Amino acid sequence: MTTLEWANELRRSGRGERIESLPYAVMLGVIADHDGSDFKLIMPYRESLIGSPGRLHGGAIAGLLELAALSTLVLALPEDEPLPEIKPVTVTVDFMREGGMRDTFAAATITRLGRRIANLRAVAWQYDYSRPIAAANLNIVLARAAT
Amino acid sequence: MNEAVRTSLMGRALDHVPHMRALGISFRGIEDGWVELEMAYSPDLVAYPDSGVIANGAIFALMDSTAGIAVVAGLRQSMPIATIDMRLDYLHPPAPFERLIGRAQCYKYTRSMAFVRGLAYQDSIDHPVANMVGSFVLPGAS
Repeated sequence: MTTLEWANELRRSGRGERIESLPYAVMLGVIADHDGSDFKLIMPYRESLIGSPGRLHGGAIAGLLELAALSTLVLALPEDEPLPEIKPVTVTVDFMREGGMRDTFAAATITRLGRRIANLRAVAWQYDYSRPIAAANLNIVLARAAT
Repeated sequence: MNEAVRTSLMGRALDHVPHMRALGISFRGIEDGWVELEMAYSPDLVAYPDSGVIANGAIFALMDSTAGIAVVAGLRQSMPIATIDMRLDYLHPPAPFERLIGRAQCYKYTRSMAFVRGLAYQDSIDHPVANMVGSFVLPGAS
């Protein structure tokens, strides 16, 4: 499966159920949230996410943020156009609070969606969205087939 | 502490970190302040089924781990550290079905901070997959 095939499936399924078909997402245990109107991902607590005693590994949180941004982007691309290849080029993560041994949530917003570049912001939280544990800024290249 | 002893201690310490074990990350060595970790290829780390290409998120985790160990390796005493921020530039996609090596150096310590740089590569450090910069906070700072 390529990025494009996955993105097409994700778009068809509409609400990100297909996140569960991605091996790295499965390794993290990430699932899409089907409740409410906003799209978000959940990374339920599991022991394999631990990086130091009592704390989630920052890399697992970064992975969750990136998955949230990619799925949000795919779902926002115009449906009447062929999907471009989606390539994150720069990803910056700020770690604000330690991730405790509990479920983590992540959602992303698109700051700007251009023809060639998309800029996204993703936020991860545990107790409350207003108390983020980490946030990511992602600049993503959209490579479109020549027409 | 000589480097062989330190390498062996580091390797054993990493085995006890659940997320590193889940990612298949092991300690490669340390030389002149440059720390190297290796992440073995595994189908569980792949972004898209059957592609063989390791997910960017797993590369980020490898680099966060490598950077953290580079910071700890340069401290006189063991202390808990925390990542403040980390940026990865993905320079080109990794070759499929191959391991990745994370390489990082802490190039500046202040009383409260540590600044790190590094890269992820496969065959040659002259052909990196990703470039990394990051900063860490040391205890005692707020």
